[in-house]
Amino acid sequence: MRPGDRIFQNLTTGAGVFVVALIGLIGLFLLIQAIPALQANKGSFLTNHGWSTNDPANMSFGILDLLEVTVATSLVALIIAMPVSLGIALFLTQYAPKRLARPFGYVVDLLAAVPSIIFGLWGILVFAPAIEPFSQWINDTFSWFPLLAPGNVAPSVRGTIFTAGIVLAVMILPIITSLSREVFERTPTPHMEGALALGATRWEVIRTTVLPFGKAGYVGASMLGLGRALGETIALAVILLIPQGKNFDWSLFDGGATFASKIAANYSEFNNQISAGAYIAAGLVLFVLTFLVNFAARSVIGKKGD
Amino acid sequence: MSATTLEAPATTPAFQQVSMARKVKNGLATTLVWLSFLIAVVPLVWVLYTVVANGIRRIPYSNWWSQDLGNYLSDEVGGGVLHAIIGSLLQGLVCAIIAVPIGMLVAIYLVEYGRGKLAKATTFMVDILSGVPSIVAALFIYALWITTFGLPRSGFAVSLALVLLMIPVVVRSSEEMLRIVPDDLREASYALGVPKWKTIMKIVLPTAMSGIIGGIMMALARVMGETAPLLVLVGYSAYTNWDIFSGEQAALPLLMNNERVTNSMDPGSVGFDRIWGAALTLVLIIAIINLLATVFARLVAPKKK
Repeated sequence: MRPGDRIFQNLTTGAGVFVVALIGLIGLFLLIQAIPALQANKGSFLTNHGWSTNDPANMSFGILDLLEVTVATSLVALIIAMPVSLGIALFLTQYAPKRLARPFGYVVDLLAAVPSIIFGLWGILVFAPAIEPFSQWINDTFSWFPLLAPGNVAPSVRGTIFTAGIVLAVMILPIITSLSREVFERTPTPHMEGALALGATRWEVIRTTVLPFGKAGYVGASMLGLGRALGETIALAVILLIPQGKNFDWSLFDGGATFASKIAANYSEFNNQISAGAYIAAGLVLFVLTFLVNFAARSVIGKKGD
Repeated sequence: MSATTLEAPATTPAFQQVSMARKVKNGLATTLVWLSFLIAVVPLVWVLYTVVANGIRRIPYSNWWSQDLGNYLSDEVGGGVLHAIIGSLLQGLVCAIIAVPIGMLVAIYLVEYGRGKLAKATTFMVDILSGVPSIVAALFIYALWITTFGLPRSGFAVSLALVLLMIPVVVRSSEEMLRIVPDDLREASYALGVPKWKTIMKIVLPTAMSGIIGGIMMALARVMGETAPLLVLVGYSAYTNWDIFSGEQAALPLLMNNERVTNSMDPGSVGFDRIWGAALTLVLIIAIINLLATVFARLVAPKKK
C-alpha cells in the first residue's frame, strides 16, 4: 500500500474508533464524577424522593421523583404523538397529492428546526394560558380519576405535566413521522396492487399491506421519539413548575422536574464538585436510560432491514 | 348455439359493491389522516406567528443589531443583542471547525473503508450518539473539561459539547451523499492509476460536496438553537465578549433564558420584548444559514451537461 493511502486509511479509521470510544468515555467520565457525591449521599439514591444538595457536607438526594416525572411527561407525549405521527406519515405517503407530498413533508420537518427554548417559552407564555379553560375543565370534571386529580401546582393549572406533555408531543412529532414515513414508502407495490385488485378500499389497502409491513419501523420510530422526550431539557425546565415541599403523586396536574430539567434549572449549584456530582449522577441515569431506549429502537428498526 | 348469450355478466362483480360499513370506515380513516396532518400544522403556524408577532417590535431598530445590553438595566428599554449574536456565531463556528472534519472522516471511513465489526460498531455508536440528550453532552464536557482538566467555564467548553451533538448529524448526511457517488467514477480513477486516497479527495468528495455542505449547514443551524450546554458550561454576560476561551459569553438562547429568569414576562414589558426579539433573531439566523446552504450547494454542485 502506498504511504499516502496508509495515512489516509488510518486517519479515517481513527475517526471511527474515536466515535465508538466517545460513548464509553461519556459513561466513564460521568461515573467517575458521580462516585464522590454518591458516597457522600446520606439518603438512598434510587428510592429517595427528596433532593437536597446545597450543603456538600450533608447531602441527601434520590432520583425517584425525577424518574417518575420524566417517565410521566414522556409517556403523555408519546401517547399523543404516536397516533398523530402515524396519521401524518400515512397522509404523506398514501393520501397527499404526489406533487404536494414533498412540501408537506418539509412543513413537518420544520417543526424539528424550531429551537426547544422557543417551544418552551411558547408553551408556558402562549399555549398554557390558551388551553387553561380546557385543562381546568378536565381537572374539575374528572378529578375523581387519580391521573386527573388536582395536583400540586393548582389553581391556575399551567406549569403541569399535562401542558408539558402536549408541548413535548409536538416536539417529537417530526422524528417519529419522518422515520415511519421512510418505512411506509418502502411498502412493496405488488402488495398494494394486489389488495386493490381484490377490491379493497384505500383504508383496507393500508390496513392489510402498509401497516403490517411498516409496523416494526413505526414502533422503532416511536421509541426514538421516546428517547428524545426523555432527554428534552430546556422546554421542560421552562414549562414545568417545581412545587415546594410536595412530591409528585401521579396526577397529570402535578408539576415537578425531570432528570434533564432538574439539572438545567440548578446549574448555579455547580460551584462545588460534590454538589455538581449529585447532578452528574442524575445525568448518568438519564444517559443509561436514553442509551437503552435508543439501543432497543435501533435493534427493532435494524431487524427489519435484514 | 343459444340465443340467450349475455352481452354483460348477469350480476355486477363483487368488487363494485362496497358495503356501507366499509365506505364509512374508509371515509373515517381519510378524515382522521387529514386531521392529523392539520394537528401538526397548527402548532407550527402558532409558534411561528407568536415569534414573529411579538419579536417584530424591537428588531427593526438599528441598535438591536449594533449594541449589547451591557449599559442597560434589566428592565430598561433599549440596547440590543449584538453580544448574543457574536457569542452564538463564534461558538457555532468553533464547533463546526472541530466537528466537520471528524464527522466527514467518519463518513469516509464508513463508505470507503469500513468493513466488518468496527464499521458496524461505528454505525451503531453514531446512532446512539445522535440520541444522547444535550444536557448529558454538557455534563460530560463539564466532567472532562472543567472538573478533570480544571479549565474555566467558557464559550469554548460550549463548543465542545455542541461538537458531540453535531458529529452524528454530519456523519449521517455526509455518508448518505458519499454513497450516491457512482462507483464508475471511482473505478475510472483507479484505472488511471490514481491512489485511493487521492481518488477520494479529488473525485468522490467534490462530487458529493454540494450535498455534504447542505447537511453541515443544517447541523450547524440545529446546534445553534441548543440551550442546555450554555447553562452548564458558560455564564451569561450582557457585554460583548470576543474571547471564546475565557470569561462569560452570551448566546441567543442563553440571553432568552436569562431574561426569562430575571425579568417580568408580562406582555409589552422589556423582558417580554427582548425574549421574543431574540427568538425572532435566532429563527432568522437559522433561516439564513439554511438558505445559504441551499444557494451554496447549487454553486458547488457538479456541472451537468
